Amino acid sequence: MKYEVLPWVILFLPLVAAGIITLFTLKNEKVSAVLSVGAIVTSFVATLLCFRAFRFSPQEFTINWLDLGTLQVDFGLRLDPLSLMMLLIVTGVGSLIHIYSIGYMKGDPGFSRFFACLSLFTFSMLGIVLANNFLQMFIFWELVGVSSYLLIGFWFEKASAADAAKKAFLTNRLGDFGFMLGILILWVTFHNTLNFDLIQQYIRENPALLGGGLTIAGLLIFCGAMGKSAQFPLHVWLPDAMEGPTPVSALIHAATMVAAGVYMLCRVFFIFTPDALTVISWVGGFTALLAALIAVQQNDIKRILAYSTLSQLGYMVMGVGLTAPEASMFHLTTHAFFKALLFLGAGSVIHAMHHEQDIWKMGALRKKMPVTFWTFMVGTLALAGVWPLSGFFSKDAILAAAQHHSIPLFILGVSVAALTTFYMFRLVFVAFCGVAKSHGVDHAHESPGVMVWPLRILAIMSIAGGVIGIEALFAGALKPGGEHPHGLLAQLVYPFQHAPVAALSGLAAFAVGLFLAWKLYWNAKEDLFTLKFSGLSKLMSNRFYFDEIYEATVIRIHDTIATISDWIDRWIVEGLCLGLVRGGTDLTGRALRLAQTGNLQTYAFLFVLGVAVVLWFVLGK
Amino acid sequence: MNVGLEHYLVVSALLFALGLLGVIVRRNLIVIYMSLELMLNSANLALVSFSRFNDNLNGQVMVFFIITVAAAEVAVGLALIVALYRKRQSAHVEDLTSMKY
Repeated sequence: MKYEVLPWVILFLPLVAAGIITLFTLKNEKVSAVLSVGAIVTSFVATLLCFRAFRFSPQEFTINWLDLGTLQVDFGLRLDPLSLMMLLIVTGVGSLIHIYSIGYMKGDPGFSRFFACLSLFTFSMLGIVLANNFLQMFIFWELVGVSSYLLIGFWFEKASAADAAKKAFLTNRLGDFGFMLGILILWVTFHNTLNFDLIQQYIRENPALLGGGLTIAGLLIFCGAMGKSAQFPLHVWLPDAMEGPTPVSALIHAATMVAAGVYMLCRVFFIFTPDALTVISWVGGFTALLAALIAVQQNDIKRILAYSTLSQLGYMVMGVGLTAPEASMFHLTTHAFFKALLFLGAGSVIHAMHHEQDIWKMGALRKKMPVTFWTFMVGTLALAGVWPLSGFFSKDAILAAAQHHSIPLFILGVSVAALTTFYMFRLVFVAFCGVAKSHGVDHAHESPGVMVWPLRILAIMSIAGGVIGIEALFAGALKPGGEHPHGLLAQLVYPFQHAPVAALSGLAAFAVGLFLAWKLYWNAKEDLFTLKFSGLSKLMSNRFYFDEIYEATVIRIHDTIATISDWIDRWIVEGLCLGLVRGGTDLTGRALRLAQTGNLQTYAFLFVLGVAVVLWFVLGK
Repeated sequence: MNVGLEHYLVVSALLFALGLLGVIVRRNLIVIYMSLELMLNSANLALVSFSRFNDNLNGQVMVFFIITVAAAEVAVGLALIVALYRKRQSAHVEDLTSMKY
């Protein structure tokens, strides 16, 4: 069967590309770009073929990787609707971002290195998606951490980029530590198996297991998702990660890496107990609100989008917590489209403005960059949840779940939706409309075709993503048996029939947000919000002082422990233990060497004495 | 007075003790060397007397071997002492303590 080889091709092609670029073609930019783009586009095509072949018949391809007595580790690739859809996102959106990067990174001295890192990242991400057991997933999880470190710190000669990379890596490690503990608990609980299918089967056969132990394991596993998907309190790394090149922000921090956490939660949804799910939903909801509030007062175009990403990730995590993983995955998919679009649009603007990122220095870009503006507008409307764009349907699915399970979270979700519209239109009005606020605008011009075509394609996906049956696919994979609308018309009106309150609240939130943004920022030359609510604004623009709080608590405590450890190492371990042993040996040596007189006759005498003693022992008794 | 095995052995032991004393107390390397030969020959004496009184020729054969080996040993030993003297201008043990710590 020829299809069996396809998943391996999908997974390993990017790795091969990364290897070849690093080893051979670092000097040749063209070949590097072709290799990297070619690898991911081929993966995308292979994914399409796989999608056709395995959509309705999930399969696993496994080889035995480690065999150490009771420890059996498989290296398996799992193909089911969930992973296939995620593969399509990663390779599809990834392909567009790769192509866009050719234009964006043009002239950068690290051009080839950039593509090598992108390919390595793609490989790791595909590994997470395809993994069929926890250990394999964890390995690729860490690989994603490493490659994102490389990409965030791509301009490592800038101190802020190097620091951001370090921060992202360490924060992720913190979450991964919990993830690893969770895996170990599962390993013990489920008798030495980490395979998703086997664990699911085991839980189904022994429902009594869904007790306290599994809640703890589930929450520890959620820690991993908290790190990767940047949920409160580990959210601080994502905004700083905007120091990387903009395509990286689009690829890693909008479409794929941060989605890995949500994907993992959906993949192992069966292990979460109701208690764990409650915690997850509230963490997600809180993150969504917090990030949306912060986004309202940011001025850096990429940071606004970063906090918006945080907020939307909060939505997805909340959706998982509300036992609606299919809605989360749906939102993840549409979010990948429109957030990648927004980031690439922002990149196009930054490119045109010669790396100016402050929105208060832009303005009137609508006429200078029409394609960028209109695609950005589509992304904004989709993110704000305007019917019939994709964002409306996915956000509505989560809101409907919230309305069904928890009214406080529903209210929270709707207010976040209003905030989302508000800050996104603030961005659009200030950056694209009104009057030019700096001279940079006069010289701005539309980006090259290699950059705007990905924008166009993503815009089409953002518009249509909600009604092409993505939700039905996820629902079929995660919640078999539910009823779902088929046909274009049925899907268009489904939210209003299924949960009219949620749908109408979402639209009302959009209207409120749009009205406020228009009132405050249409033709605005300065931020009225900052002037009117200076205290609140200061709090928001300083990100509620989370970085400072962590600086004062976590980092201070960490430094104190480090100082104490250093003292113990220096004085107790090295001074006392090593010093005593070393000094004792030295002293004994000094004493013993007195016996070595160098006098021949002393030796002779001692020799005879020895012989005499031996003789006396042997014969004398 | 009848001379028996014990008399020979006593003489042999005395010779051995004298040789040992010489090795330990004398300072000149050549004298020490001579004392060593004395110890060797006291052993020879003991072997010969055992051979004589036990009617067994093995002891005497052994002594021939020892004499032969001792001759070779003297040649090597004296050569070493001469070489040492040329290098250090001294054959006294007090001057040869470079192996001291």
